[in-house]
Amino acid sequence: MKFGVVTFPGSNCDYDAYAAAKLLGEEVTFLWHQSSDLQGADVIILPGGFSYGDYLRSGAIARFSPIMKEVVEFAHAGFPVLGICNGFQVLVESGLLPGALMRNDHLRFSCRFIHIRVERNDNIFTAAASTGDILKIPIAHKDGNYYNFTADIDALEKNGQILFRYCDSRGNITPESNPNGSMANIAGICNREGNVVGLMPHPERAVEDILGSSDGLQIFNSIKLSLARGKKLERA
Amino acid sequence: MSKRAIIYIRLKEGVLDPQGVTIQRAILNMGYDAVSSVRSGKFFELELSSDNAQAASQVDDICRKLLANPVIEDFRVEYSQ
Repeated sequence: MKFGVVTFPGSNCDYDAYAAAKLLGEEVTFLWHQSSDLQGADVIILPGGFSYGDYLRSGAIARFSPIMKEVVEFAHAGFPVLGICNGFQVLVESGLLPGALMRNDHLRFSCRFIHIRVERNDNIFTAAASTGDILKIPIAHKDGNYYNFTADIDALEKNGQILFRYCDSRGNITPESNPNGSMANIAGICNREGNVVGLMPHPERAVEDILGSSDGLQIFNSIKLSLARGKKLERA
Repeated sequence: MSKRAIIYIRLKEGVLDPQGVTIQRAILNMGYDAVSSVRSGKFFELELSSDNAQAASQVDDICRKLLANPVIEDFRVEYSQ
């Protein structure tokens, strides 16, 4: 299996994502934003950071870079794409995921460990976890406040597209455990087909105990497990 | 029709504007009581190379695809010299 990690100008978690994939013992390559070649990657990661300085809106400019045209095609063909933090913002701006990520309700940049609950494990990116698992993972963002129309939030719920919710350390979904004002405590969602996933917390920053938590490994292990189960990970 | 497009972007009705709320709070703290609500937004000036209908249609596209996020924002275009 080969990971492709996209580097935009201003990406700053690309090396963390690279290191996490390496930790799994998998092949991984960087994909430059100006390139139109996914280099045969089986799974694409859009990493965290501040692509194009977050000018205009977070993710709004990155969406038009040459590599994104390929990523959109790759996603539409059913291959797995994971957007982390700024990568999530790029995915909503490019229309691969519904909704918008607005300024945090308290207007501050938050950088700390939080807890998220895995809402379902029948997805490529959560297959190694159990539904209800509580993951301790850091956030680092100012624009992570998930917004959508109430009817669309209901549709996300109904279609099982909410994969991660902010919770307290015991898994309770409470207003206090919501770090940014996201509707329905949403921390991560997938598209209808399930192959495109975005989340604001940083699993790649929590893959070894020395980093404060290794819970983020669940997401990387899930990719590996899904491949072993023969999900649609190999490029045709 | 003219060669300058002035674009106003604002959050849709009903979308919470935390910046506006914070600014309004500051206004109250300053002692002014005449303001009951603040909505923030963005403003762009585009110099156009032509002033035909095609340019206007491009401006509309640019607003829809880039300058505004249609999920949360509305835009308004005015043309001036």
